[in-house]
Amino acid sequence: MTTKFKSDIPSSEITPKHIYLSRRDFMKAAGIVGAGALLAACAPNAATGSPTPELPDVPNSLEDITNYNNYYEFSTDKQAVAPLSKDFKTRPWTVEVSGMVNNPKTYAIDDLLKKFPSEERIYRLRCVEAWSMVIPWMGFPLAQLLNEVQPTSDAKFVRFEAVYRPEEMPGQTSPFYDWPYQEGLRLDEAMNDLTLLATGLYGELLPNQSGAPLRLVVPWKYGFKSIKGIVKIELTDTQPSTLWSTASPNEYGFYSNVNPNVSHPRWSQASERRIGELNRRPTLMFNGYEEQVAYLYEGMDLKKYY
Amino acid sequence: MNIFKKYTPLQIFMHVAAWFPIVRLIVEAFTHDLTANPIQHIEQRTGRAAITLLFLSLAATPLNSLFGWREAIQRRRALGLYAFMYATIHVIIFADLDYGLAWSLILETIFQKPYILVGATAFLLLIPLAITSFDVWKRRLKKNWKRLHQVVYFIAPLVVLHYAWGKKGNFFALQGDILLPLIYGLVFVLLMVLRIPAVRRFFASVRGRRWLPVKSRNPVP
Repeated sequence: MTTKFKSDIPSSEITPKHIYLSRRDFMKAAGIVGAGALLAACAPNAATGSPTPELPDVPNSLEDITNYNNYYEFSTDKQAVAPLSKDFKTRPWTVEVSGMVNNPKTYAIDDLLKKFPSEERIYRLRCVEAWSMVIPWMGFPLAQLLNEVQPTSDAKFVRFEAVYRPEEMPGQTSPFYDWPYQEGLRLDEAMNDLTLLATGLYGELLPNQSGAPLRLVVPWKYGFKSIKGIVKIELTDTQPSTLWSTASPNEYGFYSNVNPNVSHPRWSQASERRIGELNRRPTLMFNGYEEQVAYLYEGMDLKKYY
Repeated sequence: MNIFKKYTPLQIFMHVAAWFPIVRLIVEAFTHDLTANPIQHIEQRTGRAAITLLFLSLAATPLNSLFGWREAIQRRRALGLYAFMYATIHVIIFADLDYGLAWSLILETIFQKPYILVGATAFLLLIPLAITSFDVWKRRLKKNWKRLHQVVYFIAPLVVLHYAWGKKGNFFALQGDILLPLIYGLVFVLLMVLRIPAVRRFFASVRGRRWLPVKSRNPVP
């Protein structure tokens, strides 16, 4: 059972290019406020304790989206990812779809892009670090690809594996992670219409720092579930291990649904900062996609399956 | 120039370097380089400045006892106060800019996030040290002054823990984004080991044999 995708961000809110570029001026102003606070320690501050519930979702600027990236394969410094990934080669590139499927297939990336036409999806993205953005992705539902390869009746999970090229990705030389990056979804989560294989951003091809040429976007889960630089998609009957749950199992669960009521052991997840805004806003259950995805977890204790 | 008569080169370098992180932030504000998340950026930058300066102040004693570099001891108080200055800015940014002085939210956050709890504890413990860092207090507190200021040996590991737990990963399992906190943790261990009397004596005797008679060494504070 899947629910049809219905954007709760109306297309009338999609920002024309001249507006999202001018939004940079706002950030410049915000930056100067920050610097003023350093000197005066008394920045003008309109924050109140309880943020209003219905806050607008305006897409972030291309500049913010492409210069503030968690892509540990390149660097743990969010600003360093864009310059470090500049020369990363995304062609030739193949994506292997295998495992418990009737119709295993390896796609050249350009064939894949041709076969599954992209549509625009404007999603909220909530990072586990308690910041968020609104991003106009281009892409196609993962379900389309899965329908093409036909999972067998034994398949219960989808495992994703990212590219491993330490000579081009300096972060992969770090011994503190179990490379390559891998992630997983339950098959019904993967088949949900919200689950996107993203190929672009703001109507253009995906920039390297955002996970080119192909990345996952699961908007109701914390950002780290949305694996970048996918080279392999494998259907399995066992729950795949993931990079972050291997690194710290009691902090990063397999599900990792955005949930303001379940704290990360070291962070509260009750509120977040929308990039470009000065005040914090409350975090929404399933990142605001409760209507589309809550059925997947009916009867499950989400504190246990975090 | 007059300034070079009044201050030593190290002193001038220290003061210039200690203000560098603030100057850099101001320049970044004007060149729009505070990242897409400027509040977090300023928070993290001032936090790193604070921990670095705190560790430099902790390095002063071993630098003197190991290498006989007396001037390091003379710079120790300023380094500690600069660390406190950055820690204060760090806390103000957190409470004001980040959490809008919403105290109930701040208190809730402190108790929900252990890394903030240990950081807040470290900051509170730093306050009496900063206040009593002046000579008048040193005289007034006599022996207790030293005892009080040894609290920094407890503060420093709290700061390392604050840093480590603020990162994604598992510090004690050596997994995740823990390289920098790990380096600080190891430096802390090193700085503590170098304070062990036997270790100190060993280095002092090596130095005494190589450079100068042991007698002329200055007593270690």
